[in-house]
Amino acid sequence: MTSLAFENVSVQYDGRTAVHDFTDTIKPGEWLCIIGPNGAGKSSLLRAITGVTSHGGRILVDGSPLTARSSRRRAQLIAYVPQSPVLPSGMTGAEYVLLGRNPFVTHFGHESALDHSMVNDVISRLDLADLAQRDVDTLSGGERQRLVIARAIAQEAPILLLDEPTSALDIGHQQQALELVDKLRREHGLTVVSAMHDLTLAGIYSDRLALMHAGHRVAHGPAEDVLRAETLGEFYGVSVRVHREDDGTIVVVPNRTSLR
Amino acid sequence: MSSSITATQSTVHGASRWLIPASVVALFLAVLGGVMIGPAGPTWWRVPLELLNRLPLISIDSGMTSMEWAIIWQIRAPRVVLAAIVGSTLSIAGASYQGVFRNPLVDPYLLGVAAGAGLGATIVITVNRSGSSDWIIDPLPLAAFLGGLLAVLATYLVGSSVKNDRSSISLVLAGVAVTSLATAMQTFLLQRNSDVVRQVYSWILGRLSTATWGDVRLVIPYVLVSTVALLMHRRLLDVLRVGDEEATALGVDVSRVRLIVVISATLGTAAVVAVSGLIGFVGIIVPHAIRLVVGSSYRIVLPMSLLLGAVFLIVADIPGRILDNPAETPIGVVTAFLGAPFFLLILRTRQAQR
Repeated sequence: MTSLAFENVSVQYDGRTAVHDFTDTIKPGEWLCIIGPNGAGKSSLLRAITGVTSHGGRILVDGSPLTARSSRRRAQLIAYVPQSPVLPSGMTGAEYVLLGRNPFVTHFGHESALDHSMVNDVISRLDLADLAQRDVDTLSGGERQRLVIARAIAQEAPILLLDEPTSALDIGHQQQALELVDKLRREHGLTVVSAMHDLTLAGIYSDRLALMHAGHRVAHGPAEDVLRAETLGEFYGVSVRVHREDDGTIVVVPNRTSLR
Repeated sequence: MSSSITATQSTVHGASRWLIPASVVALFLAVLGGVMIGPAGPTWWRVPLELLNRLPLISIDSGMTSMEWAIIWQIRAPRVVLAAIVGSTLSIAGASYQGVFRNPLVDPYLLGVAAGAGLGATIVITVNRSGSSDWIIDPLPLAAFLGGLLAVLATYLVGSSVKNDRSSISLVLAGVAVTSLATAMQTFLLQRNSDVVRQVYSWILGRLSTATWGDVRLVIPYVLVSTVALLMHRRLLDVLRVGDEEATALGVDVSRVRLIVVISATLGTAAVVAVSGLIGFVGIIVPHAIRLVVGSSYRIVLPMSLLLGAVFLIVADIPGRILDNPAETPIGVVTAFLGAPFFLLILRTRQAQR
């Protein structure tokens, strides 16, 4: 299992700072969920980890900085499920999952039989045999999301990043996708960082929440500490009620403020 | 387990099993047809017999005179070989450009090769209009080659100097600007030297009719390097299809791959443009026709473009020799005339199948 640490990480676009001095340590096998209003810097932080955007400060994987590694080595450590993944039309499901093996193939090389068997293994474990030979263009939103997760799993990286993994899914598929991530996390000992909008789901599935606002981490800790009506009111500008169920689940319900 | 392994492998490689050999056969037939058909020379059926006769250990009396053999070997054969080289290079370069820019409308002339080569050729034709032969080497292909490379270099320097642009849009826009600039300079030169307009125009339209073995030797080194480099990137071009961001997250150094592919494709394109002029249409239509039939994976599109691009240009070169003989129809006109209906036909049949 692999740890992920942030030391004063900042991300800038065209002189505008999207993430300010983010410091946190994610323990091996932990699931950290980053929450916060739109534009708070959640996606920027995830993009900095993947190397898509450059960053200030240091991001450390098992104690050594990410910037010291090649892009290929970094991709062997970190798998990324983007908010709106591109599934190239004309590709089959199996070909798409095979892309996840790219970090293990040399620049001019080709996938080995081992890579192919690895992909087939992921496809059968995730129950995707029906999608393997289909054109990704013909798949539904839920099917596409499972395929993207399968690609990330085929990458065999110990750290999994998920950017809004459920925003395009109905409640059934949201649960299905998050259950899948949770199961894979336990089986493989993955360290997971996800950005999520649904606060109740974020609280249910993660070990710890980090609330971001305007690029700063303003609160963090277990769900019952972060998901408080006053905290959410202050940073999201909303009026909500927070219920605690008997099993400890925190449920966030918006209040209707208009006149009835 | 082992049966499911073949399931993914077959989706990636299975289609190529019969397509590649079939294309090789098509190329062989096209080459044979190309050397057999022409306005002058021996009866067509004597040609394959004589070719067999020229093989070691085989002796057949084809009844061909040495004069007729000279027409075959010194005039038709280099023309067919050059057509194959030009067609395959433009097709594979076009397919690769479409891959790295993720834009189906892109052709190998996108970053200014054509305009730069045109300017180079215009300068040489203007300066050297007497056609004096006191040059050690023919300056025309050299100037076109260097003009093409310089134009793309300018495009790349301008386009990649734009900060924080992770997409390739500024590169494409720089290509448009460099193309306009080179074209403007060319137009200015032509306007001042209107006596060479016809000569420049005939160069621009593209021709294979004056092909010699010397032309083939001239382009072979560049074309070989370019083709091998592009073929070696066919897997990475597939990874790039998910977009720059996701490809980066999958461990691809996107800007490096783009640079290598652009350099390789440009080198090959500039070399063939230098000897054949600007033959349009091939680099965009051949890869698309292939995609419509075999799917869009670059692992199969690139080798097929190489083979069928050669077939297409050899075949397209045949009517030009026979039509309004002795004045030849420019090859660029024939490629568009043959290619456009052919492409529409594939487009229609594919849509009907869906």
